[in-house]
Amino acid sequence: MMEIISSDISLLVLTIGLFLLSGAIFRRFKLMIFHPVLLTAVIIILFLKWTGIEYSHYKQAVGILDFALGMSVVALGYLMYEQVEHLRSAAIPVLVATIAGCVVGIAAVVGIAVAFGVERDIITSIAPKSVTVPIAIAISEPRGGIVAVTSVVVFCTGVLGSLCGAKLLSLCGVKDPMARGFALGAASHGIGTARAIELGALDGAMSGLAMALTGFGTAVLLPLVEKYLY
Amino acid sequence: MVGVVIILACWLVGNALSVLIDGYISGNIIGMLLLFILLCTGVVKGESVRPAAKFLLGTMALFFIPFGVGLIDSYEVIMDNIVAISVATVVSTFAVIAVVGWIFQLVNKGRQK
Repeated sequence: MMEIISSDISLLVLTIGLFLLSGAIFRRFKLMIFHPVLLTAVIIILFLKWTGIEYSHYKQAVGILDFALGMSVVALGYLMYEQVEHLRSAAIPVLVATIAGCVVGIAAVVGIAVAFGVERDIITSIAPKSVTVPIAIAISEPRGGIVAVTSVVVFCTGVLGSLCGAKLLSLCGVKDPMARGFALGAASHGIGTARAIELGALDGAMSGLAMALTGFGTAVLLPLVEKYLY
Repeated sequence: MVGVVIILACWLVGNALSVLIDGYISGNIIGMLLLFILLCTGVVKGESVRPAAKFLLGTMALFFIPFGVGLIDSYEVIMDNIVAISVATVVSTFAVIAVVGWIFQLVNKGRQK
């Protein structure tokens, strides 16, 4: 029986099934603690503890999801293409804001982490925290970051930005819907984009664009920072 | 299906370019840029990639669950550094939102005048 439970197909079905179920629960209650990713991950952790299945075995069993995550990074190119009109019409603010977002994001995280005397592998894990999970993992994994730490921090950033972002922008006097959407996407990637879509269509479009561009900008900038600054 | 092949091909070429630049940027990120360029130049039609891209983008949250489950092994590392990680996360998130929103609005306003 255990052989069947710990088989690749069983773990894959469990993961996808729980994800769909959590999605239904989340749509019902609309509470961040019921976010499908969070709920599914917690239940699977409990399941692995209970059955004694090793994480390394689980990870290898659902390897197809890892592969799909790599593909979805490439698919972000399509997301950028869909917003190419916005990119053309506001090229200068988009460019300036992208650079500012990448620089501020990396500088703040790395600066604070270094000030706290955090070890290097942790800094590498959390440095790309403002970009979408697949890109963040593509940045941190090859440099020796701990991907679980990366994904948790990126997730928390997304939730934080989506909960407080709109209020913070109002406090700073940012009323331009393009600027609001762009800021949400630049700071809190996909989860921020989901929030920006609620604010308006233009906010949502800019947010998706910001997510792809800051992801790329961070990928270009971070190796330099890693080499010279910490 | 065509979309899947196009995406995989971009990834493959991206990986090859990544090796050339010594892994400075990983292959799938280069692949993302390649796909964007191919679409903008009209070499690849938007309609042919749309179904595959929409599926991948819409289901992305599922794909990173295995990494979240990784907490089972790296829970202690986070707990050991919880203060630093929390402060860095909160401060930088707020800083990025405020700075990006403010700069974008400023430049956008200046441009429209």
